[in-house]
Amino acid sequence: MAERYDVLVIGAGPAGLAAASAAAAHGARVGLVDAQPRAGGQVWRHDVQHGVPALARRHAAAALENSNVTWLPQTRVVAAEAGGLLAEDAQRARHLEYGTLILATGARELLLPFPGWTLPGVTGAGGLQALAKQGWPLAGKRVVVAGSGPLLLATAASARRHGARVLAMFEQADRGTMIRFARGLWRWPARVVQAASLRAQLAGVPYRWGSVVTAAHGDDGLREVEVEEPHGRTRVACDYLAAGYGLVPNVELARMLGCRLESEGAHAHVCVDANQRTSVSNVYAVGETCGVGGRDSALIEGAIAGLAATGTTAGMARLQRRRRHARAFATHLREHFALAPHIRALAQPETLICRCEDVPLRALDGFADAREAKLATRCGMGPCQGRICGAALAEMGRFSFGSQRPPLFPARLETLASSMTEVAEPAT
Amino acid sequence: MTALVQLTVNGQAVEVVAGTSVAAAIAHADQAFRRSLSGERRSALCGMGVCFECRVTIDGVAQQQACMLPVRTGMRVVTDG
Repeated sequence: MAERYDVLVIGAGPAGLAAASAAAAHGARVGLVDAQPRAGGQVWRHDVQHGVPALARRHAAAALENSNVTWLPQTRVVAAEAGGLLAEDAQRARHLEYGTLILATGARELLLPFPGWTLPGVTGAGGLQALAKQGWPLAGKRVVVAGSGPLLLATAASARRHGARVLAMFEQADRGTMIRFARGLWRWPARVVQAASLRAQLAGVPYRWGSVVTAAHGDDGLREVEVEEPHGRTRVACDYLAAGYGLVPNVELARMLGCRLESEGAHAHVCVDANQRTSVSNVYAVGETCGVGGRDSALIEGAIAGLAATGTTAGMARLQRRRRHARAFATHLREHFALAPHIRALAQPETLICRCEDVPLRALDGFADAREAKLATRCGMGPCQGRICGAALAEMGRFSFGSQRPPLFPARLETLASSMTEVAEPAT
Repeated sequence: MTALVQLTVNGQAVEVVAGTSVAAAIAHADQAFRRSLSGERRSALCGMGVCFECRVTIDGVAQQQACMLPVRTGMRVVTDG
């Protein structure tokens, strides 16, 4: 049986929460879907030890405590079907119909392969932060944080807060770039405060610029990492390496729905107009899926779409102005944390690229086309469906997995069968 | 007072704070996650339900993403690590 919502929001991070509460406040019946058990997305992920910031609590309450909002946690969208979306929760398939759909599917981490990156103990940067918040034991563990972008500082601060010994942060951007980045920050005073606060929490932790972890070593688990610094190579013994090279918009559902995408560097994001409308009628997109912009632009865009979906114009112009300012910060970030070319060449011929199917880089040599490479090597055909290796290969300039076929995530057979049954029923 | 949840990982009893993910509970029990197709040991990578590296069997149901599920009392987690 299908359930119908005036506005269906996919993703309950800042963008989705803002969209749901804005639409619900203007009388819409809203369905709010998220794959996680709790709202907040990644940036406001609930911390088992420390809870969430007050701002996150306020936004979650504004959406979830509105009686117009139906909260659908632990629910994953599997496919688009006639008139709606096919999803499944822990128990059953759900057929979600909507008047308006708002995609707030966020972003994932860009994880780039290097020798040893499959060892237990090597995680994403945001990955380790997420695990720490889930209660992963880090007390007394030696942690190295590496990659690029402000997430390194946030991860290091989280790890320290959970009792880890953070040995160092290795940022690939060089010193000159970092100084120019800091000089340009005055336009976003809240960011200056945030950066200063993070740095204060990380007193005593070396922050090395122009430095890259080139390999991880160990047998059944991480033992040490190899680092290339401006003045030579070093080895650091550690229990965890949290390495992330930025974020990639999650556009899989938008792509399946036929929304127009645009590429920025190697990765696609959803194109939207000033009201967050995509190229498909009644489908909006907000937040990171429209290009990585951070929490502030996600909140603003969510509110814009929530208002637009309910035909509300009051307050819209002000939100659109605020969005421009918040998005400009994303541009500032992107320009300064652009990846140095050698980051894309860390993987060696034997380095596994597709971790699901254990496909090494050398097996992919000679393929310029994703489809051929998939058929010949099974690269990207495992349960993550190319989300990890696809983004990496695109960044490495090999090829990109363009098309999107259902299911979006591995799903139970009963779920898929229920969709076929519905499709097979004659229209009345 | 913080509520505690008891579960088993590969038969070993472990007690964690309520709200902890299955992935974190496996780490508390000091158990390995899984072996890859070629036999490599793997553990949680993305922590957010994308990579599927942390998949385990929970109460007899295989291929569950340990980082996406909070622990429940009496849960039986089995890994193939």
